[in-house]
Amino acid sequence: MTFQEIILTLQNYWAKQDCIIAQPYDVEKGAGTMSPYTFLKALGPEPWRVAYVEPSRRPADARYGENPNRVYQHHQFQVILKPSPDNIQDLYLGSLMALGVEPKKHDIRFVEDNWEAPTLGAWGLGWEVWLDGMEITQFTYFQQIGGFDCELESAELTYGLERIAMYIQEKDNVFDIEWVNGITYGDIFKMAEVEHSKYSFELADTDLLFKLFDSYEGEAKRVIEEGLVLPAYDYVLKCSHMFNVLDARGAISVTERTGFISRVRNLARMIAQGYLKQREEMGYPLKNKVMNNDKQVQGGI
Amino acid sequence: MSRDLIFEIGTEEIPAKFMNRTLEQLREIANKVFLENRINFESLNTYGTPRRLVIYVKAMCEKQEDLETVLKGPSKKAAYDDSNNPTKALLGFAKGNGLDLKDIYIKELSGTEYVYGKKYVLGMATKEVLATLLPEILTSISFPKSMKWGNKTFKFVRPVRWLMPIFGEELIEFDKDKIPCSKFTRGHRVLSEGNIEINRAEDYFDRLRQEYVIVDQDERREIIKRQCEKIAKEINGALIEDEELLEEILYLVEYPTALIGSFEEEFLKLPKEAIITPMKEHQRYFPVENKEGNLLNKFIAVRNGDDRYIDTVRQGNEKVLRARLADAKFFYEEDKKTSLDTFVEKLKNVVFQETLGTIYDKTKNIMGNAAYLAEVLDLDKNSKIQLDRAAYLAKADLVTNMVKEFDELQGIMGREYAFVQGEAIEVANAIKEHYMPRNAGGELPASIIGSVLSISDRIDTISGCFSIGIQPTGSQDPYALRRQAISIINIIIDKELHINLRNLIKNAIAPFYNIGVVKGGLSKIIDDINEFFKQRLKNVLLDRNYDYDVIDSILKVGLTDIYDAFIRVKELSKWKSQEEFLSIALSFNRVSNLASKAEDSSFNAELMADDSEKVLFESYNDVSKMFGEAMDAKDYNNALKALMLMKTPIDNFFDNTMVMVDDEEIRKNRLAMLKTIENMMTRFADLSLIVVNK
Repeated sequence: MTFQEIILTLQNYWAKQDCIIAQPYDVEKGAGTMSPYTFLKALGPEPWRVAYVEPSRRPADARYGENPNRVYQHHQFQVILKPSPDNIQDLYLGSLMALGVEPKKHDIRFVEDNWEAPTLGAWGLGWEVWLDGMEITQFTYFQQIGGFDCELESAELTYGLERIAMYIQEKDNVFDIEWVNGITYGDIFKMAEVEHSKYSFELADTDLLFKLFDSYEGEAKRVIEEGLVLPAYDYVLKCSHMFNVLDARGAISVTERTGFISRVRNLARMIAQGYLKQREEMGYPLKNKVMNNDKQVQGGI
Repeated sequence: MSRDLIFEIGTEEIPAKFMNRTLEQLREIANKVFLENRINFESLNTYGTPRRLVIYVKAMCEKQEDLETVLKGPSKKAAYDDSNNPTKALLGFAKGNGLDLKDIYIKELSGTEYVYGKKYVLGMATKEVLATLLPEILTSISFPKSMKWGNKTFKFVRPVRWLMPIFGEELIEFDKDKIPCSKFTRGHRVLSEGNIEINRAEDYFDRLRQEYVIVDQDERREIIKRQCEKIAKEINGALIEDEELLEEILYLVEYPTALIGSFEEEFLKLPKEAIITPMKEHQRYFPVENKEGNLLNKFIAVRNGDDRYIDTVRQGNEKVLRARLADAKFFYEEDKKTSLDTFVEKLKNVVFQETLGTIYDKTKNIMGNAAYLAEVLDLDKNSKIQLDRAAYLAKADLVTNMVKEFDELQGIMGREYAFVQGEAIEVANAIKEHYMPRNAGGELPASIIGSVLSISDRIDTISGCFSIGIQPTGSQDPYALRRQAISIINIIIDKELHINLRNLIKNAIAPFYNIGVVKGGLSKIIDDINEFFKQRLKNVLLDRNYDYDVIDSILKVGLTDIYDAFIRVKELSKWKSQEEFLSIALSFNRVSNLASKAEDSSFNAELMADDSEKVLFESYNDVSKMFGEAMDAKDYNNALKALMLMKTPIDNFFDNTMVMVDDEEIRKNRLAMLKTIENMMTRFADLSLIVVNK
């Protein structure tokens, strides 16, 4: 199964579970959770089901394309089911079967792993899912987002697509993954890895990035005060990315670090608050739309 | 008449590390709830797997016990009118409690007569009571971290997906937040299919075994142990046992099958700990060694399932471990390219504590403390140089790739890299040893350099935290300061180190004072730390089975030198077991009682009138000289021998001389002499605190 087929299979599978198949959000981010389709939609009482691929940038993990497992940008397949259905674990195992991973032929475990994102003021409880000892998915029940309790709890599934592809295709190096027959992951991304590594570690203009951080922060605050949630949130994402690049570049000292994290967290909190207020004023329009299908696979019993 | 009860709480995977405590707690709660509700049974046990918590009660009675309660009503006067007819008050009391008037009787209570009623509550059928009690038990379980899901009214460690309460053959029906409640359970997540009906409570364990679930954790533990040992034996190896790991694996599997995997021999060139740590901590594998105690290129994993497709599972696990070891090898090789001195520079970017500064700052502090201790302990020149070098390098490995990836390897990699770059073996060992003891009761540093370094690091943390007001309170001790202090004490006692505690603390606080972060008065903080050590020392000594009165009597007179206090406790304990010593403790007790009334200790020998008074004074003059010399020489046996000489003069004095006479001058003079004697004694201990059980 090629990388592309893995994505298409997961999309099809989750589409059948009444998920909206969204497209990657067009601002740089470190994880699928930071997409507004997760960060914002997980807040408040409205149901929501979505699945999307999210290219996620982690400048500190960049390795000039030389490490078989670590990359500047990897791909997460993100699923949000809100509220979490009773048979969520069975649904998840179903998705592995769709990928040709027959649970009976493997050892699949749910091993405790609690997720926390300090910059987002978010945390949840859950597991990392092991396939014969390898972590392939992060499974989280959100409890707080932006410092606010989740009124209707979501389940978040984050598949590490490269890991899964390496397992299915039996590759030892991420760049050897076949994206489609004849074209490898390396063909598409190797140069990007080299360039972004060089930029993040050697070339990034730290003075400029610090200024940009301040400017983006100012703009986010100004815009959220005007009541515009999404434009403001885009600037929060930009702040977060600036921080990640500066951090990789080694430009942020220890004392500054906590300060930057709390600045981003404060913004995230303002956005979350703004979004909750906006949805309330709108009367929670998604509340009565049936996204949560009633034809749930038997949750047993 | 009785039946067995099974109550299974079906969940999503519960964190393994919570299970032991949870099962213990569940047993206590269930026991308490059933007994409080007068439901008797033969025995009660709890069981657990990752996906279920189970209460099993053997021979539970069909009915609650009946209950007789006595209810007190209004006074007789208020209960009956003049014509002896029941008043409204009495009728109300009877009605309100469901009592018949013929059950009412009168009894006197402290002079007043009251009406009483006896109420019999007939025991209800157990099955009806259970319908309320079982959901109550479910929601009483508490976890270190719990969650909300699906609009439920209660929190739990992970979502509860089904409930299965069966009393004998009967379902106990109740509704808890619409969680399915039936006679159906589920088997192994992938090896069993659909819902499994349990007909009778007694069938539960066997039925689940057929569905690939071994419910009893003790049985699983035995299976895992037996399988692992068997596999290890087949390759002439032995499992490196680890109870904690076994306990965790136990609650990660419902149907254990052990398998052996291997990795390339070239990885064995890595430091042993660098191989074992990823195996255990990250993958939950047991390492295997040969008869000579050398690590083999094998691991034992425990799969959750049977032995079908076990080769696929083995290969998958081998691949993951190979990748991890390749990482470790890469990190190891990379780290070796950089000198530890360069890593030390990088510590400037790692925060120790926001206010207290970076790890680099801490390194400087440790070096300062170590240099101070080297002087105090009079280490030879070579040791001083090695200690200084070890102190400088102690924290360097915190920024190595290896320790960033596996933080359990701190100190261990530091030793390795120091050795590789040609540091003296003493320096390398001290780097590793400065983290010892690694846990309560753990092995202590062997070398003197390692010991001094360990103390230097810990006293820095304690002094720094106290300086900025982070002191342990109740269960809050984020920097484990109590353990740090206990470690210092144990090292000092083990290595027989004479250190002036106050000066050590003063020296350790200095850098924080210099950067102006100290909150509050310096002498108050030093006092607080001193007191903190006193408390810990008391606990350490109690743990070593010394009597609390001996400890108190020594610590009461102050704590300046921990090791000295320890040997005085040891000496006094020896003496305390002797009959004659106890009598002198009594004598000193009398001295102390009166000495507390003295205004000062200056007295005039000219004013002495009684013979016994003069004899006491002469005895004091002799003894104080001998005692003082013995104390100066830390010869506590002779110091106590000297004190013993005062017994007769003291007793005679009290028998023959009246201290609290009217003449103020003489009274004061006598009190002052007693005070002087007390002052002498308290150089060693406050002997008046020794408990004499006679």
